[in-house]
Amino acid sequence: MLPGGKRWIIGGPYLWLLIFFLLPFIFVLKISFAEAELAIPPYSSMFDWTEEALNIKVSFANYIWLTGDELYVVAYWNSIKMAFFSTLFCLLLGYPMAYAIAKAPPHLQTTWLLLVLLPSWTSFLIRVYAWMGLLKNNGIINGVLMWAGITDEPIQMLNTNFAVYVGIVYSYLPFMVLPLYANLVKHDATLIEAAYDLGARKWGSFFKITLPLSKNGIIAGSMLVFIPVVGEYVIPELLGGTESIMIGKVLWQEFFNNRDWPVASALATIMIGILIIPIALFHRYQNKESQS
Amino acid sequence: MAIAAGARKNQKVNEAEHETLLSIRNITKYYDEALAVDNVSLDIRKGEIFALLGASGSGKSTLLRMLAGFEQPTQGHILLDGVDITRLPPYQRTINMMFQSYALFPHMTVEQNLAFGLKQDKLPKDEIRERVERMLKLVHMEKYARRKPHQLSGGQRQRVALARSLAKQPKLLLLDEPMGALDKKLRTEMQLEVVDILENVGVTCVMVTHDQEEAMTMADRIAIMDEGYIQQVGSPVDVYESPTSRMVAEFIGSVNIFEGTIRDDEEDHMTLNCPDLDALIYIGHGVSSGIDERSMLFALRPEKTVMTVEKPDQEFNWSEGKVHDIAYLGGHTVYYVELPSGKIIQCFLANTVRRAERPTWEDSVYIHWAVDSGVVLRS
Repeated sequence: MLPGGKRWIIGGPYLWLLIFFLLPFIFVLKISFAEAELAIPPYSSMFDWTEEALNIKVSFANYIWLTGDELYVVAYWNSIKMAFFSTLFCLLLGYPMAYAIAKAPPHLQTTWLLLVLLPSWTSFLIRVYAWMGLLKNNGIINGVLMWAGITDEPIQMLNTNFAVYVGIVYSYLPFMVLPLYANLVKHDATLIEAAYDLGARKWGSFFKITLPLSKNGIIAGSMLVFIPVVGEYVIPELLGGTESIMIGKVLWQEFFNNRDWPVASALATIMIGILIIPIALFHRYQNKESQS
Repeated sequence: MAIAAGARKNQKVNEAEHETLLSIRNITKYYDEALAVDNVSLDIRKGEIFALLGASGSGKSTLLRMLAGFEQPTQGHILLDGVDITRLPPYQRTINMMFQSYALFPHMTVEQNLAFGLKQDKLPKDEIRERVERMLKLVHMEKYARRKPHQLSGGQRQRVALARSLAKQPKLLLLDEPMGALDKKLRTEMQLEVVDILENVGVTCVMVTHDQEEAMTMADRIAIMDEGYIQQVGSPVDVYESPTSRMVAEFIGSVNIFEGTIRDDEEDHMTLNCPDLDALIYIGHGVSSGIDERSMLFALRPEKTVMTVEKPDQEFNWSEGKVHDIAYLGGHTVYYVELPSGKIIQCFLANTVRRAERPTWEDSVYIHWAVDSGVVLRS
């Protein structure tokens, strides 16, 4: 049992999560069991009071519909694949950055961190638009390539998966760098000296000491990138083409183009399921680890 | 038991007296503009435990880090077994170090920690296992082989750290404040145990410490460092009983220092006139001083300063005083005696009798000492 003061402090965030996450999710869950109707709101109600009886109607048709249509499976698969590789690219790019910042002299660390964060001070949307300007056929990158004679005609970059990866990695890199930096900066430098002393070289001590000890930073950064990227809508919409169908885009179409709220809700529910299961598993593994 | 250990140590050192393992030649180290180590030269003999003793900032840690290869000297050379290793990186030196914080790898078990260095040498698996087992046995940690460092107590961690630094059978072992992370009781216990283990293995060892008791318990020889400079090198008895400077005398143990002028300086004796004392100081040898150096220091250890109520029956080496303060420490009592000039000196009295009648505050007493009890210092 926690003492009174502590309970209140922890209670705050819980209340926040309850009101702004759990309650809306319950609404979404409820809608996902309804049927689409031409009405306001555009779905059938779950509870029906007719002939002095309470009828509760739970329809699984939406879920069955989702598994039946290949489009949705492909979209889920695409999202997860995209999120996985974006996370990997962010890690490969972000780790050296975080490492360099953590090893820099203390008075430079703040400046460098600020530089990592600086782009996020302008609107996310504007930055993605800027990438459109860079990547399009008559954009800056193609202009430079043609001017230098590397290519005769513009390379199609915008509206490809490549553009989506560029946009995602660019936008989410700070979320990878920050937790990694927070982890790496706490490392005890004498451990590396001990490794040298025992005969390990630079790379050897990195792979055997630094990397395993930064495991938690890697996991935290990867989660911060992977989870939002699975549901990412804006970047694939603006930079992607027909090949990059992601679940966020399908969700949007179901809500606003087809006005099929129940199917859209079912899509969202499944997405949360896909994300929550690995997180829960990871959490259990971590608890086990800390107990042993 | 401690005496027996000391006797064995001395014998061992005598046998190998002329065999130098590590030679430090004119090592100087600057950090930017600041001088950290000032022209240090030392010869470490095979099989001895050598302590670098000094306050923080005396340059002892910097010197140790240069031996390990973590720092490069600005000038000078380090020779191990006659080979110049000054510019060798740490991983190419047959020197291992036990860190003050132990620096055990937190994500590895005790076993894996011990095997780490051996794996770097690409030894066959069987040999690694065999050596790890031997090391675990050496430090009595067989039962804890599968534990992680955070599941061990401070003393256990130290054993693992020691075993890890010995696993590669280094020519030279470096200990950085080996007892620094332990509480006082455990410290005394581990000091003797570590010495036992080191003698068992027969490794040459250079340790750094700021704790003079630790240096005197563990080391065969001690170098006292101050401001990057080595003040004196010698056995624990040498540096305690025959300090060569005021700094050393004051750094090791407590001491009463008297400033005096030479009254008489012959070949077989000398006398000093000290205004604080009622009688002249008589010393059983001369110092062959020049005409311009008339002022000398006389260092006298508190346990060699005798305090009595009766006036001592001797011409030299005594003074009147009164008890200014008393600190009862159980085993002995420290009397702070105020001389007529106002100078306060310390005097240890061993408590050999329970609740004995002793002088108390403000009592008039006499202090005196034997002819060969003190040391004359020039600076």
